[in-house]
Amino acid sequence: MLRRRVIPCLDVADGRVVKGTNFVDLVDEGDPPELAARYANEGADEIVFLDITAAPERRGTLLDIVERTARRAFVPLTVGGGVRSVLEMRDVLRAGADKVSLNSAAVAEPGLISRCAARFGRQAVVVAIDARRVPAEELSWEVVVKGGRETTGLDAVAWAQRAAELGAGELLVTSIDRDGTRSGFETDLLRAISSRVRVPVIASGGAAGPADFVAAVRDGGADAVLAASIFHRRIHSIAEVKRVMTEAGLPVRAVA
Amino acid sequence: MTLRVAVVDYGAGNLVSIEQALLAVGTRPMLVRDGEALRDADAVIVPGVGAAEPAMRRLARAGLVDPLLRWIALGRPYLGICLGLQLLFETSDEDGAQTFGVLPGRTVRLADAPTLPHIGWNQVVRRREHALFAGIAQGADLYFVHSYAGVPEGPDAERMVLAETEHGSRFASVIERGNLLGVQFHPERSAGDGLRLLANFARWATALSAGIGAEYSPVGAGGTSGGD
Repeated sequence: MLRRRVIPCLDVADGRVVKGTNFVDLVDEGDPPELAARYANEGADEIVFLDITAAPERRGTLLDIVERTARRAFVPLTVGGGVRSVLEMRDVLRAGADKVSLNSAAVAEPGLISRCAARFGRQAVVVAIDARRVPAEELSWEVVVKGGRETTGLDAVAWAQRAAELGAGELLVTSIDRDGTRSGFETDLLRAISSRVRVPVIASGGAAGPADFVAAVRDGGADAVLAASIFHRRIHSIAEVKRVMTEAGLPVRAVA
Repeated sequence: MTLRVAVVDYGAGNLVSIEQALLAVGTRPMLVRDGEALRDADAVIVPGVGAAEPAMRRLARAGLVDPLLRWIALGRPYLGICLGLQLLFETSDEDGAQTFGVLPGRTVRLADAPTLPHIGWNQVVRRREHALFAGIAQGADLYFVHSYAGVPEGPDAERMVLAETEHGSRFASVIERGNLLGVQFHPERSAGDGLRLLANFARWATALSAGIGAEYSPVGAGGTSGGD
């Protein structure tokens, strides 16, 4: 049976892992390859690596970190942040990533999803969707970009369906309202998307404890659950999260 | 002697992981971009993800198709990973590509899959034992990322399936015919058990190259199966 995945996320700025609240107030959390190797040993099912500065002049640094990370951790690696073309995606894959996550560039130019999927296969294309709840409306979310600083007017659920049709092999769905707040995943958003697409959905934004991982899968229909600060700060271990998921009857890969 | 493992590089995706995994298990990986370079290799790994048609086109452009077919016909050790397994069959339903055709059967979309692509860790359930599985538990979790899988056909179909995995329906996740091996999962991304499998492949290929313990017969010459 296919296991539900637990995925530590490494937000990287200027070559270091950082974490902030709602994408601001960044705090240094360590060296990316070092943390990735630690998580792989502790039972991470995948590693996601988001370059949140993603300035073009730092491309070389990013590729170097991707390669050093890929050589340290024998689990799948997804890399996102600033990829805007098929050629840039090729470079990131060649550096050692298994999947590339597209965000703002896909919103600006949805055809990029199709071109990347045609070239590398849809399984290599993750579309990351940052969503913010529309105030005063029941169960409605809007796509935001630039780390939440810009709104797009796109309905998040409709965009998720379109991205999957265009060739996304996986959707990484982040609630900007919950991100960094440790108030739990937005399961309504996850369910609205996972019930309408066939591709796997990765839940992101708001993890506080193991029970939230269970809720993301059971209530949100997520295939995988992503978190950053609770792992970086050793508030909870991957093993602890998996133990609680197992007790809740969810299939997870045993930690070696 | 350090086993020299040719990793066929036809311009698709990540080769860092397989290269690093092969180093980690004590072999000497060589990235191979043309048929000539295969001469120095003791074993061949064809990795890859994605669609069959562009992969076949790139392999043809690099002049690798005929040397690989010769390698297989000579019964030399070969491991196909993911797309590298699917290419062994005759055709792919994904884009209608004509593939190597050294195994009877075709590559089809996973039937009844609850999610597609099939991404994540899933159980590999053995139907027969093989040196490839030494030290790996029955039903171990390995990492998959694909939407299609090869379906063997013909009188030997059953015997070719070393292991199966279920996602909606069951599909062959490890294939064997003579000295041809293929895995639908990614051992280079499957943590400890994945590395164990690659180490087992290296040991098996080393024994084969030295002519010890395993037969060295051309595929299809006598229906020998490099069994347990």
